[in-house]
Amino acid sequence: MAVETLLRRGLYRDSVTLMRLAAALEARPGVARASAVMATPANLRMLAEHGVAAAGTEAGANDLLIALEGEDGDVLADALDEAAALLEGGDAPAAPVGGAAAAPRPRSLAEARDGLPEATLALISCPGEYAAAEAMKALRLGLDAMIFSDNVALEDEVALKREAEERGRLVMGPDCGTAIVSGVPLGFANRVRRGAIGVVGASGTGLQQVTCLIDRRGAGISHAIGTGGRDLSREVGGATTLRALAMLAVDGSTGTVVLVSKPPDGDVMRRVLDAAAATGKPVVACFPGAASPPALPAGVRFAATLDEAAALATGVPIPSAGIDVPRATGRDRLVGLFSGGTFCYEAQAVAAPRLGRILSNAPLDPGDAVDGDTGGAHVMLDLGDDALTRGRPHPMIDYGPRLERIRAAAAAPDTAAILIDVVLGTGAHDDPASVLAPVVGEFDGPVAVGSVCGTEADPQCLSRQEGALREAGMIVAESNARAARIAAEIAGGDGS
Amino acid sequence: MSGDILKRDPAVLNLGVGTFAEAIGAAGGTVVDVDWRPPAGGSRGAGMELAALVNHPRIEAANREAFARFLAAEPMASGIGSAIDVLPGMGSRTILHAGPPVAWEDMCGPMRGAVLGAILFEGWAEDLDRARSLADSGGIDFDPCHRHRAVGPMSGVVSPSMPMWIVENAAAGNAAFSSLNEGLGKVLRFGANGPEVIERLRWMRDELADVLARTLDGLGPIELKPLIAQALHMGDEAHNRNAAATSLLIKRLVPPALRSGADPDSIARAFAFMAGNDHFFINLSMAACKAMLDAARGVPGSSMVTAMARNGVEFGVQMSATGDRWFTAPAPVVDGLYFSGFGREDAARDIGDSAITETAGLGGFAMAAAPAIVRFVGGSASEAIAASREMRRITIGENPAFTLPILDFSAAPAGIDVRKVADGGLLPIVNTGIAHREAGIGQIGAGITAAPMDCFVQAVRALHRAPAPKGEGPA
Repeated sequence: MAVETLLRRGLYRDSVTLMRLAAALEARPGVARASAVMATPANLRMLAEHGVAAAGTEAGANDLLIALEGEDGDVLADALDEAAALLEGGDAPAAPVGGAAAAPRPRSLAEARDGLPEATLALISCPGEYAAAEAMKALRLGLDAMIFSDNVALEDEVALKREAEERGRLVMGPDCGTAIVSGVPLGFANRVRRGAIGVVGASGTGLQQVTCLIDRRGAGISHAIGTGGRDLSREVGGATTLRALAMLAVDGSTGTVVLVSKPPDGDVMRRVLDAAAATGKPVVACFPGAASPPALPAGVRFAATLDEAAALATGVPIPSAGIDVPRATGRDRLVGLFSGGTFCYEAQAVAAPRLGRILSNAPLDPGDAVDGDTGGAHVMLDLGDDALTRGRPHPMIDYGPRLERIRAAAAAPDTAAILIDVVLGTGAHDDPASVLAPVVGEFDGPVAVGSVCGTEADPQCLSRQEGALREAGMIVAESNARAARIAAEIAGGDGS
Repeated sequence: MSGDILKRDPAVLNLGVGTFAEAIGAAGGTVVDVDWRPPAGGSRGAGMELAALVNHPRIEAANREAFARFLAAEPMASGIGSAIDVLPGMGSRTILHAGPPVAWEDMCGPMRGAVLGAILFEGWAEDLDRARSLADSGGIDFDPCHRHRAVGPMSGVVSPSMPMWIVENAAAGNAAFSSLNEGLGKVLRFGANGPEVIERLRWMRDELADVLARTLDGLGPIELKPLIAQALHMGDEAHNRNAAATSLLIKRLVPPALRSGADPDSIARAFAFMAGNDHFFINLSMAACKAMLDAARGVPGSSMVTAMARNGVEFGVQMSATGDRWFTAPAPVVDGLYFSGFGREDAARDIGDSAITETAGLGGFAMAAAPAIVRFVGGSASEAIAASREMRRITIGENPAFTLPILDFSAAPAGIDVRKVADGGLLPIVNTGIAHREAGIGQIGAGITAAPMDCFVQAVRALHRAPAPKGEGPA
């Protein structure tokens, strides 16, 4: 295997740009693996683990490093030329969008705030090791902060949220994938209608799913506030969730409140539910995967799935009409391959009562942990998990690795159903159906089941994606929970 | 509890993934996309410390104070005196040099050559070999010019009997000093130390200094800020181009010189010398900048840069809050245009106290004023304008005393803030001449270079550690 590297000193590109570049390079014939990273110590270590140690010796965090692996060095060199050309093409938006028409882009939050004194919020998606410092600057500048970045230390999160409390500011995240404020999408968000339902969520995909399902029912969102996955942990104590609930309580545009999280710490859950009840507005609390509904204060209703949460919040129930479920003769295994962590978790919670034990890299029961599809048993994998994405683009952007796993699962003689989530919106793949449909179309035996999380207004267009996937033979349900139920039935559940 | 964010139309500063900014704009939100890179040279620890200093009330107040003192300064050229007589703390066996401290054995070629020349000039040794032995034996004390309120271009070598410009700040009473300019070609500041160089230095001491001293006695102090302001309107940037300021100075000096009682032949030689050197004014420009910036020195908590200087080995930065402390990093080799026959491999590392002009908002910061020389330093006129605009992004403010005609007479940026440099990664630019790495060959080119980031990162860390004054908590 040959390795070719390209080092560009002093050239910074954001992680999504780099992921897209890596995906484009890896799509070239003859390129087995492409990495495009800023040469931080962590990234250099990661490359070294894959045997790419060259050229990185004197590289630093401000240097861009591309490494290609393949059989033919000449092919790789050509690909690097293309990479260099793509990098010359420059960064995405060259000027402020929708703002004042100043010439050069500001290079820091402080400078940006000077140019836009009415700024309210900093959306931070730089590498995690720098995100806490940027969020601290935002707070010091009188801004709220949304930290999309992950890999922020827990103690930094606690410190930031304490600082925010002292300053009367809101910190969404770290690892806050999505939010919608007054109709403006932040991060990996979908274009949903505006309306009277306010959502507070600790999970990015959970928030996306519930806002999309509300949109699908013809209702809309006032604000969707992400808190970050650790907010409801004992250490953080729900600081952002509590603040968000208090803000929604006095927000005139919010009539109903939906709260979405993995099952939180017991004490924190009680405090959060009390705060939810104290909003004085109807509240739907959804903790996918919770063994049983917690004791609920008055005014708070419980939803077991994101679908149910959207139904309760909008008053539009989940249709009872079933889908004609095909049988996969002689096959009895369910394989779920997810790009969204909450989808993986929710699908396990829905399918486990029907199928029993489901192995996962993010299992309901720690005893069911695996790090891949080992065959033989039901399995559901969160392919967005850090341990699986290391050095690769996120599976919502780059379908390559997931398609490989789908093909492998489809080739196994015992696979009855393959369950997939498809996420649309900002930051996701431009046209997921275009890469998924050909693979699904080749299935011989297993049934493809999936759901598309998105809206008609998203750039990828919900109905177009669903149509193309159905045409290829996929059973497309309106929600992940419904898709999980169908897939479980195919794989041998009793359908009750 | 504010809840502002839900009440106001979102106006977002996007930092990181560019597509998020596009989506916000497409949805009708107001957004500015930050051209971000890891701050503080990529050091996470320094970056966290920097974050704690952003929009810090005590630092903002300290910077207002330091910057006000800088703007209020009124540098006046008031006289000429021997280094030993006028420089505070000057020793009788001391030789001063440019930039941060550097030991004799570590000095670059041009500086060593200049030191040997100064030893000969002072008569401390009869020839170069003995001069070298004297320096090797530790018989000379070396100190930075800046430590003695002085500045010198290139090697910046000053010895006790050399004549110095005296520039007093009428607003605050502090004084600054600089040597007299020798002209181009084989000159001490580039490390030349042959007989003609020593001869010229002696003439400058014995005749030129006398004419200038008598002339200034009759004329009284020359206000330097208005003179520099006028020169900026005549195509100078007061670092690499001083043709206009030199002419303006001569105009001011001629009548009082003729009335000074000095020997007419001496006057004629003095003015022929000044008129033959378009750079004659640069030393006065530097002393004026030094006088203005020293006024801003030592304000507790101020992140304003008060000096940038290079010794040919290291680039040094001083910050108001930390007084005379240097923050140093290896001096860069200047990317520039080289005279025919010379190249980058011949160049000494960046050298000289002349970056004091950029520190005060002249030189590279006022590049837009000097389209005539931008090609000389390897740029275009539009790049010169862009450079002056860019430097606004790292300064505390602007100096209304110095305006740039081509930028609609807007004021030149001034008062570098170490936090802004470390945060955005935009480095202060310096217009500079390039010295040959070997002593005595002289200038071999010119170009634009940048102060190293590490100096500013160190300054940020020092500011973070600086104790708050009593009675004030963290903010």
